[in-house]
Amino acid sequence: LPPRARLSRRLERGAADDGFVSIRAVNDMLRLVEPLIPALRRYARALMRDRAAADDLVQDCLERAISRWHQRRLDGDARSWMFSILHNLAINRLRQRARRGPHVAIEDVDDAALARPPSQEVGLRHRDILQALGGLAEEQRCVLLLVSVERLSYAETARVLGIPVGTVMSRLARAREKLLRAMQGDEGKAALERPHLRRVK
Amino acid sequence: MSGRPITEDDLHAYVDEVLDPVRRREVVVYLENHPDVAQRVQGYIGQRATLGSALAPVVEEPVPPELNLARMIEARGRSRLTWWRVAAAAVLLVGIGGAGGWSLHGVFRPVPQGIAALAQEAADSYEVYAPDRARPVEIRASDRSELVDWASHRLTRRVAIPDLATSGYRFMGGRLVATSHGPAVLFMYDDDRGTRLVMLTRLMAVDQNTPMSPDSRGSVTGFTWAAKGVGYSLVGRVSPEILHRIADDVRRQVEESA
Repeated sequence: LPPRARLSRRLERGAADDGFVSIRAVNDMLRLVEPLIPALRRYARALMRDRAAADDLVQDCLERAISRWHQRRLDGDARSWMFSILHNLAINRLRQRARRGPHVAIEDVDDAALARPPSQEVGLRHRDILQALGGLAEEQRCVLLLVSVERLSYAETARVLGIPVGTVMSRLARAREKLLRAMQGDEGKAALERPHLRRVK
Repeated sequence: MSGRPITEDDLHAYVDEVLDPVRRREVVVYLENHPDVAQRVQGYIGQRATLGSALAPVVEEPVPPELNLARMIEARGRSRLTWWRVAAAAVLLVGIGGAGGWSLHGVFRPVPQGIAALAQEAADSYEVYAPDRARPVEIRASDRSELVDWASHRLTRRVAIPDLATSGYRFMGGRLVATSHGPAVLFMYDDDRGTRLVMLTRLMAVDQNTPMSPDSRGSVTGFTWAAKGVGYSLVGRVSPEILHRIADDVRRQVEESA
């Protein structure tokens, strides 16, 4: 029996009586949270740059959302709420990682985990931009990802990060500028390294 | 034109496509007149697109099983339930009984009492009689008064046959069933597509008045309750939502006939 069907059956059987979740809460969770999982994985992957670590984080995030569902503000939207849980977990994890020392340099992380293999022009561009992204300050990287990739509004991004909208805008501006410069630098470097591929364009 | 100067924030809002149409037009005009800024903004737009497509494969990946939300909610519920089950089983063992429809298998396997026992008997009767094509009932619907008299005599209570026509189920007939808690009466219904429901009724020594409680075994669902010393269990291979509605209807009819 698929988990969803098993779950609804178990709930019908009386799980609602144990005071942990109502049937409505479970339906809300499935309706509001489940569709967000791919995007949560994407944000986690972009921050952790490691598939297993990112999915670990998303799993923690989902566990936390389930256990704190009743604390969710009813007027707040589920997407900002989920991203803020994930973001806080990610930041803690990244700080732990940093404290434990440079166990793996960001450039050495397997980029194949992120995008298609860098065998084509487009793959190389993807690799380059993700590397450049890794070079940004963490606070800039988060803003850029939430706004540019996750398409959160500036206000939602501010909520997720717990900062004023003005700060979101200034970090966004710095992130874009820095990334642009890094990519332009890479273009020059890449042109030297891969002339035969560049000519294909 | 609003006359407001174009800000850096406007440029980013332009890149992120969140400007209102009026402001957007103003930014477009501004960029036409400032090619250096336009080039930078074009760079941001390209960067946004590249970043999006670089990370797009992640959302296309199938979600791994450890991120199955339904399973996670279920697992969490199960761990919370453990102490409940143990507590419920302990209550049964000290003889108070009636842990209200909890399925306790895998803990102590106590002999079910009260409506838990009735639910089990109803499910067993369903498994035996509902698939029977030759003689599912002993007394047919056409002899319903004979059935009512016999059942009422054996149960020592006046028994009424619920009418489930509004739910799309036709009364087929019934029979007497032996249980370890005395005689029980079985009524059977079916719809026109071969789905059968069984209702089992008997006197209750334990759980004489108990709210309706759902129960399921495999794909068989049941709703069981007791009122004024008589227990009722409705069982069928239908969704809990539908069966719940029918069980409510039965309970109402029983209350009205009393």
